[in-house]
Amino acid sequence: MATVPKPSELGKVDHRPPQRPWTETFPEFRPGTYCYSAKPKNLEVVGLPNPREWSPTDEDWKLPDDWKDITLKGMKDRLDKFRSFKLFMDICVRCGACADKCHYFIGSGDPKNMPVLRAELIRSIYRNYFTGSGKILKKYAGARALTEQIIKEWFYYFYQCTECRRCSVFCPYGIDTAEITMMGRELLNELGCNIDWIMGPVANCYMNGNHLGIQPHAFKDMIMFFVDEIEAVTGVRVEPTFNRKGAEVLFITPSGDVFADPGTYTLMGYMMLFHEIGLDYTWSTYASEGGNFGLFTSHEMMKRLNAKMYAEAKRLKVKWILGGECGHMWRVINQYMDTMNGPADFLEVPKSPITGTVFENAKSTKMVHIAEFTADLIRHGKLNLDPSRNDNKIVTFHDSCNTSRAMGLFEEPRYVLKAVCNHFYDMPENTIREKTFCCGSGSGLNTDEFMEMRMRGGLPRANAVRYVHEKYGVNMLACICAIDRAVLPPLMNYWVPGVEVTGLHELVGNALVMKGEKKRTTDLRYEPLPGMEEEEEAEDV
Amino acid sequence: MNASQAMVFSLVAVGILVCLPLIGVTAGMTSLFAVIIPYAAVALFFVGVVARVVRWARSPVPFRIPTTCGQQKSFSWIKADPLENPTDTKGVVLRMILEVLLFRSLFRNTRLEYYDGPKIRYASAKWLWLGAIVFHYSFLVVLLRHLRFFSEPVVPLVTLLESVDGFLEVGLPRLYISGLALLAGVAYLFLRRVTIPQLKYISLPSDYFPLFLIFAIATTGVLMRYIYKVDIVGVKELTMGLATFHPVIPEGIGTIFYIHLFLVSVLFAYFPFSKLVHMAGVFLSPTRNLPNNSRMVRHINPWNYPVKVHTYEEYEDEFREKMIEAGLPVEKKE
Ligand code: SF4
Ligand code: SF4
Repeated sequence: MATVPKPSELGKVDHRPPQRPWTETFPEFRPGTYCYSAKPKNLEVVGLPNPREWSPTDEDWKLPDDWKDITLKGMKDRLDKFRSFKLFMDICVRCGACADKCHYFIGSGDPKNMPVLRAELIRSIYRNYFTGSGKILKKYAGARALTEQIIKEWFYYFYQCTECRRCSVFCPYGIDTAEITMMGRELLNELGCNIDWIMGPVANCYMNGNHLGIQPHAFKDMIMFFVDEIEAVTGVRVEPTFNRKGAEVLFITPSGDVFADPGTYTLMGYMMLFHEIGLDYTWSTYASEGGNFGLFTSHEMMKRLNAKMYAEAKRLKVKWILGGECGHMWRVINQYMDTMNGPADFLEVPKSPITGTVFENAKSTKMVHIAEFTADLIRHGKLNLDPSRNDNKIVTFHDSCNTSRAMGLFEEPRYVLKAVCNHFYDMPENTIREKTFCCGSGSGLNTDEFMEMRMRGGLPRANAVRYVHEKYGVNMLACICAIDRAVLPPLMNYWVPGVEVTGLHELVGNALVMKGEKKRTTDLRYEPLPGMEEEEEAEDV
Repeated sequence: MNASQAMVFSLVAVGILVCLPLIGVTAGMTSLFAVIIPYAAVALFFVGVVARVVRWARSPVPFRIPTTCGQQKSFSWIKADPLENPTDTKGVVLRMILEVLLFRSLFRNTRLEYYDGPKIRYASAKWLWLGAIVFHYSFLVVLLRHLRFFSEPVVPLVTLLESVDGFLEVGLPRLYISGLALLAGVAYLFLRRVTIPQLKYISLPSDYFPLFLIFAIATTGVLMRYIYKVDIVGVKELTMGLATFHPVIPEGIGTIFYIHLFLVSVLFAYFPFSKLVHMAGVFLSPTRNLPNNSRMVRHINPWNYPVKVHTYEEYEDEFREKMIEAGLPVEKKE
């Protein structure tokens, strides 16, 4: 694995494009800037084409013999199925408004990371085979003939886009390069050119229900481990149930919360909250994953993986589904789920059993975001909160791309944050809400071999955090996405040491005064609560 | 192809287009340039644009994928942003109006400033927005003003527009601001394209060509109006003839008029086959013209098909023993 250059080196970015025209410049697969190829066994599990051993650095990618036909047919098929794709191929005026909006361009200076050029990589092929002018005028119309080199280029740049949609906010026609990347990845998948950090989780998720392939008994064990942890901190023993029929609510969160710090603290926060309000809920070991890496593979795969949520809700006869803090999961739930896997007519319109609030905005999917759920609880005064327990944390909030630009969930998490901590400062306006910057590792690119690009892509986010870190002493970056919780810590370590990462419900868990709890001296991380530093030491003695 | 090649190619193309009517009209092919080509171009424009739109519309919008640029509609006590995150048709219409008439998304534009260190700042960047507004609106005004050549008596709205446009009351004939603004707009868009390195890098001949073409059209227009006066009565006779489908070709309208007319015809004909169709396309963009209500209302994908899933039964079959051992409920006991 490549070592990542020092921040001082990575920070020198030249944004001037090279002399050579882009149509004739091809990427060099340098360690740290591309992801490893998918292992054949992972493709076989889900029946994807062309499983084989290969590496992006190989000369021969062992494409199927008729790779060209597959690609062109695949393009035609998608042009006919998705108006977005067809339209976005035709109407870009190359005004460049999107150019400096992509975090990968900002951090790498590679002109093909400008959204407009990323899209032109496919558009040039589209022109050559699907438009009259391209067929006649060829390169004068910006057309390119399809070659194997271009497939490699696609692989490099479509797995160098986190599908964050920031570019689409600024485009005068709403051209969404993420949508084009999705089509590009679908086409690559048809040739068997996939990356393992996506296909591994897809295969695991498909067979075992979650990304890491945690089996049912182990899943239960892991959750039970946190029950003990919660008891150690609060003295209260929470009692989660699993695969329980007839529960009112099915709770689904990204499995990252179950095994990876600091997501695990957020998980503890969820469980404490549910216990405190007496929510009648259950976990499912079968639908034990909210995150959907199918979104990074193909629309079909997304549908196949997402099907579990409704299937399990139906089997367990719950009334509605509550979803944890996750970015991609919520993009899928908000934009695709009902259409793909619905109708969810076996469920009821979600109604909070505690406050009686009916979630009209989730009338059809029957699925509520936990930030909405908790905000409603707080609004109705149902929680006893002591925000001073988070006084040692000076917090800022990272809007994750998907809940922002594919959902519009801005105020609910901020409302919760302001109720559970006393020191909250937003980052500068151009870097939050719909203009939020990607963590740099989304859409299946959160793998270690890609670390250099992750640090480059995360630079704009880190830069904005550094701003509030220096100005207000911010030391805690809150977020509502499991990928963020996994990838922001190394990003912060690299660019802004001294800032830690937390989920929203970890802070809720800290602030929540539970019935019958013992005097708390530490937070969920076993770090002393403000004012308890000395008692901690005394106990240690 | 590098930037200068792309520019030269487009420049030569426009040059040739200027020469064609020059040669043609001198050689006596006036009716070709005065009647046949304009009719063909306009026909091509309408048929082409309609065909384009129909072609786009034939592809369905399987999923709701609006880009949400504002707070979602959730609780009554959280202020939603119906313009940037609409949930109903009214919101969508308003969002589209802002987009189409005011270029709202472009208005948001920021500019990256990168310092070593590394430090990044995002400066406000409204120049492109302003340039685009000036360009498009002056184009519109110029176009509308030309209606005076196609109506008799002249539509009052056009007369009004002319008096506003010429309010400076300078010169004879009166100076129209829109003409100059159009030229300035085109010049700005061109200069931007060649002076910003990234933009130069992404530009294709099809980016330069329409700019040069419009520049040539505006220039010939201005020249005709203020310098090489053409026989305006003859022009009106010709345009009215075209408009009423009784084409007449009056003698002695200067050649420059035919150049102007020909370039306009080329623009019309070129329109549906180029990036200029963004004018029609913007209305169809699924990231802007859809409400974000897919959690509230079920939306149907017309080509939805069943997929292979890993069912709970298969899952339980595989893990049953382990599940029983861990005390997890199962459907089948043995
Ligand atoms: S902002 Fe939109 S139209 Fe402009 S270059 Fe980018 S994708 Fe094309
Ligand atoms: S979707 Fe995000 S990562 Fe992809 S091109 Fe746009 S801004 Fe860049």
